[in-house]
Amino acid sequence: MSVNILDRVAAGKADKSDVLIVCHKKEAGHGVKVTVKSSVRAFFGKHIESLVARKINELQITDILVEVDDNGALDFAILARLEAALIKMGHNVTKPLLDDACFDHFNPDFSRLRRSRLYIPGNNPDLIINAGLFGADSLILDLEDSVAPEQKFDTRFMIRNILTCKNNFLGASERIVRINPLSCEYGLADLEMIVPARPDIILIPKCETADDIIKIEKIVAKLEQSHGIPKQILFMPLIETARGVINAYKIATASKRSVALCFGAEDFTRDIGCERTRDGKETFSARCSIVYAAKAAGIEAIDTVFSDIEDSEGLRKSTVEAQSIGFCGKGLIHPGQIRIVHEVFAPTTEQIQYANRVMQAIEDAKSRGLGVIALGSKMIDAPVVERARKTLELAAKMGIDTAKKEVR
Amino acid sequence: MEMIKNALGRMVPSEINGRPVKPYAGAFADMVSGKRKAAPPIPRCFPGRVNKVINGLDAALDKLPLRDGMCISFHHHLRNGDYLVNAVVEKLAQRGFKDIVLAPTALFPVHDKLIPYIESGVISHVEGSMNGDVGRACSLGKMKRTATLRSHGGRVRAIQDGDLHIDIAFIGASAADCYGNANGVLGKSACGPLSYSNVDSLYADCSVVITDNLVPFPCIPWSIQGGNINYVVTVDSIGDPAQIVSGTTKLTKSPTQLLIAEYAARFVDEIGYIREGLSFQAGAGGISLAFNVYLAEMMKKKGFTASFAHGGGNTVLVKMLEEGALKYICEGQCFDLDAVRSLRENDNHVESTLSISYNYHAKGCIAHMLDIGVLGATEIDLNFNVNVNTHSDGLLLHGTGGFPDVAAGSDVTIITAPSFRKRIPIIRENVTTVTCPGELIDVVVTERGICINPKRQDLIDKTKNSKLPIMSIDQLMDEVYKITGVPEKVELDDKIVAVMEWRDGSMLDVIRKVKT
Repeated sequence: MSVNILDRVAAGKADKSDVLIVCHKKEAGHGVKVTVKSSVRAFFGKHIESLVARKINELQITDILVEVDDNGALDFAILARLEAALIKMGHNVTKPLLDDACFDHFNPDFSRLRRSRLYIPGNNPDLIINAGLFGADSLILDLEDSVAPEQKFDTRFMIRNILTCKNNFLGASERIVRINPLSCEYGLADLEMIVPARPDIILIPKCETADDIIKIEKIVAKLEQSHGIPKQILFMPLIETARGVINAYKIATASKRSVALCFGAEDFTRDIGCERTRDGKETFSARCSIVYAAKAAGIEAIDTVFSDIEDSEGLRKSTVEAQSIGFCGKGLIHPGQIRIVHEVFAPTTEQIQYANRVMQAIEDAKSRGLGVIALGSKMIDAPVVERARKTLELAAKMGIDTAKKEVR
Repeated sequence: MEMIKNALGRMVPSEINGRPVKPYAGAFADMVSGKRKAAPPIPRCFPGRVNKVINGLDAALDKLPLRDGMCISFHHHLRNGDYLVNAVVEKLAQRGFKDIVLAPTALFPVHDKLIPYIESGVISHVEGSMNGDVGRACSLGKMKRTATLRSHGGRVRAIQDGDLHIDIAFIGASAADCYGNANGVLGKSACGPLSYSNVDSLYADCSVVITDNLVPFPCIPWSIQGGNINYVVTVDSIGDPAQIVSGTTKLTKSPTQLLIAEYAARFVDEIGYIREGLSFQAGAGGISLAFNVYLAEMMKKKGFTASFAHGGGNTVLVKMLEEGALKYICEGQCFDLDAVRSLRENDNHVESTLSISYNYHAKGCIAHMLDIGVLGATEIDLNFNVNVNTHSDGLLLHGTGGFPDVAAGSDVTIITAPSFRKRIPIIRENVTTVTCPGELIDVVVTERGICINPKRQDLIDKTKNSKLPIMSIDQLMDEVYKITGVPEKVELDDKIVAVMEWRDGSMLDVIRKVKT
């Protein structure tokens, strides 16, 4: 056991569904003592006390006082906080305290729908435990901007436990983790903790050059190998500077793992020195550039976050615009925004009906051995067919009955 | 005192504070009519201009027939903004009265100031409804005698049957004339209807209107009628109507609560109730309010108009009414000032007394005309029994309101609740306290699953191809336990601090003292 054990460390906070754990080093002979203050003490007080004591004993830590100030945290959160505290204290914790890591939901898949990608602050278990219920295409557990520097350490354990917990809190949504940039002091440690927990995608912020992606890919590949991860974790580069926009195509093509380029307007407007406005004229050109770069690289482009949760009309307008210039999805910060975005990205009844008629016309022409295909008075050429096929494919993916349009 | 097992298997006493009571025998076991009402003494009045006005509470108390052990009643239309309960009790305490039975229609956090008077014996117990710290004090065994909890309809029944005899009814009014005609829609303290006090004014030995806005005779509209009023007391202020909006009457932003409300609305759609003429109960609580929003959206989309909303008026319903999506609001209270304004100005927004709304010892009540009732809960058990009063640790923290009356009356009674709060599961093997028997509950909607009571095969059939997460209640409990773990059982003291009375006066359950 390490000799440099700190006297007192804390991890977590006593917010709803969270816990504050404070560990005190004690003199030899003190033994292991766990005190539990909890808003659910009547129901889980004994359980929490024995869980914490069992973990301490398994680690063969002998003289310690652990003060638990709980506010309804579930076991995965309690163990994330305990593990963070013990490691900060200087104890040697060689494997995660959360038993039986579960990787059943690890499913990196290029071809998923990514209409809605919802950001969740990674250090807030109360927001995470129901995150999978809202039907977002992707959930982003955030280690970057929504997490204060002094909480980065604790947050990694929280996100790892969420990803590996037997309870699937993230539902059918794609599991994305936004790490900190590799250029700052947190990025590498983020990867070392998060990659073994097998997120589907790593969202890489502040990408400015192809090199940013290449460096990360090397680290991820090495970690995948050493942890025996059976499939490649995918990437989603986030472009949020002028330099990133200029290099967008190189960024998009730097790794085969990249599924989409994302745009971040907040940092971008700061970078180019202008105000972010509701209709977003100042980012229009950058957003178009990102769409072109992504499409040229054969991947998708996803638009920036719409950050006013009260303004549903604004969200709808912004999403319609994003779709019209070629984005396939939108960043979100509240589950209430999901429905609007899915409605906008769903093909309209008219589009579906037209696509059906196009496909029918092709069938008819084939069966009659005709080379030239016409629908009404119009000729149908290859791009029209391709668009119709894509419309129906998209509708099918969205679970829309192509005979009767209905969107959830 | 003998303990008897009732029809739900709960052990209940045979008498409360010396009054013999029957065990609960079924939701509609008591259906024999013909008993006479317990009526107040018949007064006399003579021709001539009457002036019942007394200036100030002290002068009024000098005239009132005060005694130890009397029962005094209040309405809760001012909710957390009420000044009167505290003021009257304080003055009675100063005059040395004790063993007072307090019979409010509900109490709020503002009434925490009563706790010293409970501890000192000025108040012997509460008959009616308790929230927050007064409920907590009751749970901790601080009331001298056993409290009785009743639903809105049950309270009217108890008064009619003479189980609850009110000596003096205090009725705060934002407008009143010298004769005692009064309403709650005019004046600086306007808070909506005064309908909770209607039965009190009819049955109390002495009824007193307290107002901060004396208007010339006649005070129109007259929610409370002067012919039933002994005195009119003028004071500086009866309360702060801004406080009628509280945590439970605000529209929620919680994604989980919104999801539950959306599921409930979609369920209502799938069983075919989104239709012309729909009627529904509008309750307090973030989920119920959000449900109204989704309901309004669906009705609008399909071009239907709802016939009436019943319960608590709020800004969402007012908007529906004003946009023509809803024909009438019949309410017992207002949850915000928009509703107060609408009640004052809109002829299609009316107040309804507790008797007309909820009492089944009557020739009809509006709750029995409802299509849909969406209600909240603190616990639901595998038999669909519902608890709205106590938390799983046994603490009595919430009033009953019209819950049992709405559950009994609605075609479809839907409970909306999160499947666990913090770490505490909502679905349990057995509820801590039964507020409403499971036979009246049709559906439980949570964010993780929707459970239909097996006795509603019709609803099960209608939703068998649904994309909603429909599952058995046992399955939902197991799923939640997998997340939260199984909670330890809470040991309670043997002492009974309160009883849950069913609508018909029978003993549904008891509330035991919480161990400290």
